Amino acid sequence: MDVVLFLIFAFIAVVAAINVVVQTHPIASAVSLIGVMGSLAILYLLLGAEFIAVAQVIVYAGAVMVLFIFVIMLLNAGAEVKRGRSLLVQLLGAPLLIALLGLLAYFVQRIFPRNVTVHFGGFTGGSAQAIGRALFTTYLLPFEVISLLILIAILGAIVLGRKELD
Amino acid sequence: MTQVPISWFLTLSAVLFALGVAGFLFRRSIITVFMSIELMLNAVNLSFVTFAYEYKQVNGHLFTFFVMVVAAAEAAVGLAIILTVFKNRATLNIDDMDSMKD
Amino acid sequence: MQLWLIPIFPLAGFLINGLFGKRFSKGLVNVFAIGAVLLSFAWVLKTISGLGDLTSPYTEHYFTWIQSGAFTINWDFSADRLTEVMLLVVTGVGLLIHIYSIGYMAHEHGPHHGGYYRFFSYMNLFMFFMLVLVLGANYLVLFVGWEGVGLSSYLLIGFYFTKKFATDAGNKAFIVNRIGDFGFSLAMFYIVKTFGTLDFNSVFSRAAGIPESTLTLIGLLLLVGATGKSAQIPLYVWLPDAMAGPTPVSALIHAATMVTAGVYMTARSWPIYTHAPAALETIAVIGIATAFFAATIGMAQNDIKKVFAYSTVSQLGYMFVGVGVGAFSTGIYHLVTHAFFKALLFLGSGAVIHSLSGEQDLRNMGGLRTKIPWTFWTMVCAWIAISGVPLTSGFFSKDAILLAAYQHAPWIYWVGTITAGITAFYVSRAMFLTFFGSYRGHEHHIHESPAVMTLPLAVLALLSLAGGYLFPVPAFLSNLFPPMEEVENSSLMAISVAFGLGGIALAYLMYAVKPALADSFVSGIKGLYTLVYNKYFVDEIYDATVVKPLVGGSRWVLWRGVDVGIIDGLANGIATASRGVGGVLRLVQSGNIRSYAAWVVFGSVALMVALGMLAGGAR
Repeated sequence: MDVVLFLIFAFIAVVAAINVVVQTHPIASAVSLIGVMGSLAILYLLLGAEFIAVAQVIVYAGAVMVLFIFVIMLLNAGAEVKRGRSLLVQLLGAPLLIALLGLLAYFVQRIFPRNVTVHFGGFTGGSAQAIGRALFTTYLLPFEVISLLILIAILGAIVLGRKELD
Repeated sequence: MTQVPISWFLTLSAVLFALGVAGFLFRRSIITVFMSIELMLNAVNLSFVTFAYEYKQVNGHLFTFFVMVVAAAEAAVGLAIILTVFKNRATLNIDDMDSMKD
Repeated sequence: MQLWLIPIFPLAGFLINGLFGKRFSKGLVNVFAIGAVLLSFAWVLKTISGLGDLTSPYTEHYFTWIQSGAFTINWDFSADRLTEVMLLVVTGVGLLIHIYSIGYMAHEHGPHHGGYYRFFSYMNLFMFFMLVLVLGANYLVLFVGWEGVGLSSYLLIGFYFTKKFATDAGNKAFIVNRIGDFGFSLAMFYIVKTFGTLDFNSVFSRAAGIPESTLTLIGLLLLVGATGKSAQIPLYVWLPDAMAGPTPVSALIHAATMVTAGVYMTARSWPIYTHAPAALETIAVIGIATAFFAATIGMAQNDIKKVFAYSTVSQLGYMFVGVGVGAFSTGIYHLVTHAFFKALLFLGSGAVIHSLSGEQDLRNMGGLRTKIPWTFWTMVCAWIAISGVPLTSGFFSKDAILLAAYQHAPWIYWVGTITAGITAFYVSRAMFLTFFGSYRGHEHHIHESPAVMTLPLAVLALLSLAGGYLFPVPAFLSNLFPPMEEVENSSLMAISVAFGLGGIALAYLMYAVKPALADSFVSGIKGLYTLVYNKYFVDEIYDATVVKPLVGGSRWVLWRGVDVGIIDGLANGIATASRGVGGVLRLVQSGNIRSYAAWVVFGSVALMVALGMLAGGAR
């Protein structure tokens, strides 16, 4: 059962990701990215990360991607036009990509143990309670810093997006 | 087999990451490049959660949490920058943003 | 005994005149300059009387100069009989020449001349170094003096520094001397290696036990130094050119004192040489060869100072012959008498030049004996002394050398005798052309020199005539050097005298009686005459074989090749390479965002490969 779930949603995720990369119009890419995030949320559930799964859907898919779509609409971004080029990317892009993928696959297959398997309920430590406890004890300082970071980001976004007063 | 070997998750993460890199390298619209970056971040999140499962610790989830927060902040600011750039140049093609070229 | 006071007076004179002389009047400069030498001479006399009957050297230690492990060099002065002789010559003749210079250089003072005080300060500096040379108790102190007199010689030869030929001559003197000094330095190094010290006493007392080959090498290297300083073959070429300096300089430095330093040093090193017969033989051969060679050149010269310059080279050859055949004291004897008559000849010719307001060419002189009688008669005394007329000082010393040479190797005696004839000939020629016949020049105001110049001439004339009796040097030095058989061979003496008189007679014939004879003789041997007149083209040969290759090598190989090409090329090349690399790396900054992205991916792939290999290796 878990395997089937994994395979389905993994497949959806990969297809959607390919779609993100392949589509010419940004809106199509954005929507495909939402699909990826949704699939990943299911996979998080499989891994016992309940809080993270919910956060993924609410924050990532629900807020960040919506922001993306708003900006696309605001800018009236059209389909991408193939203009300009980079010699380096043309020469090295594909080889680098293959190298990257190959390396990662090699690392994964060779280095990491295979005898651990995943199933629903294999890990129960990902509840909100556990996250909360860790967040407010061990990771208190990063938490506070993060809030500061958000504040700065808000300020930055406002300043940058402001209309010039002339 | 009713259980998924953990390496499959990691492989998936690798694949998604590679796709993100592909988009990062080959796309010309700056918004699409941004979205590829988000895709890469998501792939990394998946691997963190996978490791949290492997070691049965919640620390991986915390990491993911922080990554998400930072990604959100980054998206906000980055999009604001894109808006400003668009205002000045009226183009979203990153090959046109080459004023650093001599 | 305060030996150090002897050189200190001239040093003080140099400093005072050198630093403040510009503001002094002529009289004040004279006071310091002459006074310094006078005080030095007086102290020499006091020291000699105080030292009494020196049978072993008297040494004064001043301070430790160099200390390096077991190797020590002290600044010591020592005095033995040889030193006393040299001190007397240097300070005595030096004093006379200084007095003479008051008159000779008088016109160098005043608003448009900067020369008077400078001349005297340099002369005092020379005296200081020469006295250090003579008083030194080890080779290094001697070498300090050696180098110092070379410096003073350079300064004084190039005294008229606005004239290029004077500065060239100064350079030539110094550079050729340097070659000799290189040999001297090598000798010193070898002495240190062999004996572990440079102190005269230590070296000489152990010389007997050292292998002959080592001593021969040391002796030959010392000889190289001596040929440079004392103008022997092959390093004599600087001395004729040194006549560019003022005449008192020629008299003092290039006749009486500095050029004799080589003879002195060789005589001082007699313990080394007596155990290295091959080196001694070389000295004798070089000496006699130089004597003959220079005498032949002197026959054909037309500049009065050049004649005497070559004469000096030739007479120095005689001194080396004396030393080289083992009769060291005869060499020193001739050094003393030569100082008298050669200084007189130079000072006299200086007086002639002064009277003729600068004329130096023999062909423009003549009949001067009535016009400048003092100069004439004093120079006559020198003339007969150098020609070896019996009972003059030159006769005694030259004869002593020739007799000793005959005992050693008769062929040296014969060559020496022929050279004596040639010597008499060329000096007589100079005298006849200058003082006899009718005046061939254009000068109208020919006046006798002032007393300040003629008095020293008179003193030197007296010494040239009577010096042989007054200063029996070989007897005085007999306890110092190894004994040599004194042979009185009257027939040999008669032969050499005959050659001398014959030379005078021939010159008389050719220049006083029948002047046309000289010209017809010369035209008869045109080629040979040209060769001799041009000093056998030795300077030209040196220029072509040594100077030009060195300069060319310096310019093209060392300068253009190594310095500019390699070293500068290396420095500039590194810079250019850096720029090149930078230029290439700059292309990374293309301004294109996508290429930056590609570099990022490239970097991360490289990093992953590195980490993987590290991790794989650790595993």
